[in-house]
Amino acid sequence: MISSCDLLKNKVCLVTGASRGIGYAVAKRFAACGAAVYANGRREESLKELLSLNGNCSGSVIPLYFDVTDSAAAKKAMMQIKKEQGKLDVLVNNAGIMKDALIGMISKEDMHQVFEVNVFAVMDMLQLAVKLMSRQNSGSIINLASIVGTNGNRGQMVYSASKGAVISLTKTAAKELASRHIRVNAVAPGVIDTDMFRSIGEEKMKEKINLIGMNRAGTPEEVADTCIYLASDLSVYVTGQVIGVDGCEVI
Amino acid sequence: MTNLEKYKKAFLESLEVSEDQLEGLEYQKIESWDSVGHMNLVAALEEAFDIMMDTDDIIDLSSYEKGKEIMRKYDIEL
Repeated sequence: MISSCDLLKNKVCLVTGASRGIGYAVAKRFAACGAAVYANGRREESLKELLSLNGNCSGSVIPLYFDVTDSAAAKKAMMQIKKEQGKLDVLVNNAGIMKDALIGMISKEDMHQVFEVNVFAVMDMLQLAVKLMSRQNSGSIINLASIVGTNGNRGQMVYSASKGAVISLTKTAAKELASRHIRVNAVAPGVIDTDMFRSIGEEKMKEKINLIGMNRAGTPEEVADTCIYLASDLSVYVTGQVIGVDGCEVI
Repeated sequence: MTNLEKYKKAFLESLEVSEDQLEGLEYQKIESWDSVGHMNLVAALEEAFDIMMDTDDIIDLSSYEKGKEIMRKYDIEL
């Protein structure tokens, strides 16, 4: 686990959904590695803990409060980054929602909501980021997918379809943006120990963990470390990839 | 530099055309204004006027004249 480094020194990064879970860990780790991190959350106060890192890490955390499904607000946020930093090196599309239901019990409303956040907002943010990245002829976009996006999972038809879409849009964007030296990759976490995972109850948690080769859930920090690699120049020739962070999970 | 000069400059540099070609210039009517040229033009306009164009406006930017109309939406008088 990387606690601090200078791999992201002088890099300007935007992390969506940074108030908790994987997004929080990514923002925290990026700041520890020297980045200026624009951390996005929907509600004011939601980034309080993250902001307390300022002064205690080599990078910095700047709050950006907006809903990723609000295109006008997302554009405004991007303009703010442009004005304050003049560039954007890394976008981490992490904000996402999960609405689980078995086939036959999935409402249209839930389908729309999940795709609005998990897919349409990702494409929106990607298009906005590319405007800044194209000018500098470089950049790294990291989309948070999921192991269920490739393997599927019982009760997760909508969520898995949305993450499958994230994977395919990642591959297409990588092809389209390679000539501009903008890299686009996806990280596909397996079972990660977040509030969301704990909410399924202890028994189900055990069942899930039994399916993991390493016999434990991953941590948000372990996902964040993979994001550091993709955000940094260590992965300068890596694009269009989907990197699983799942401890050898079989679902 | 006036706004009109900045506007013209964006076209001249991103599409590599001469000033006498500007009036009546339309998307895909010359080789350099293809999809790649279009994105370069959008980037040049955004840079020149410090704006971020909406996707609908990027799609609507079909001619030199239409672009002037679109710029007005961003409070840019030409």
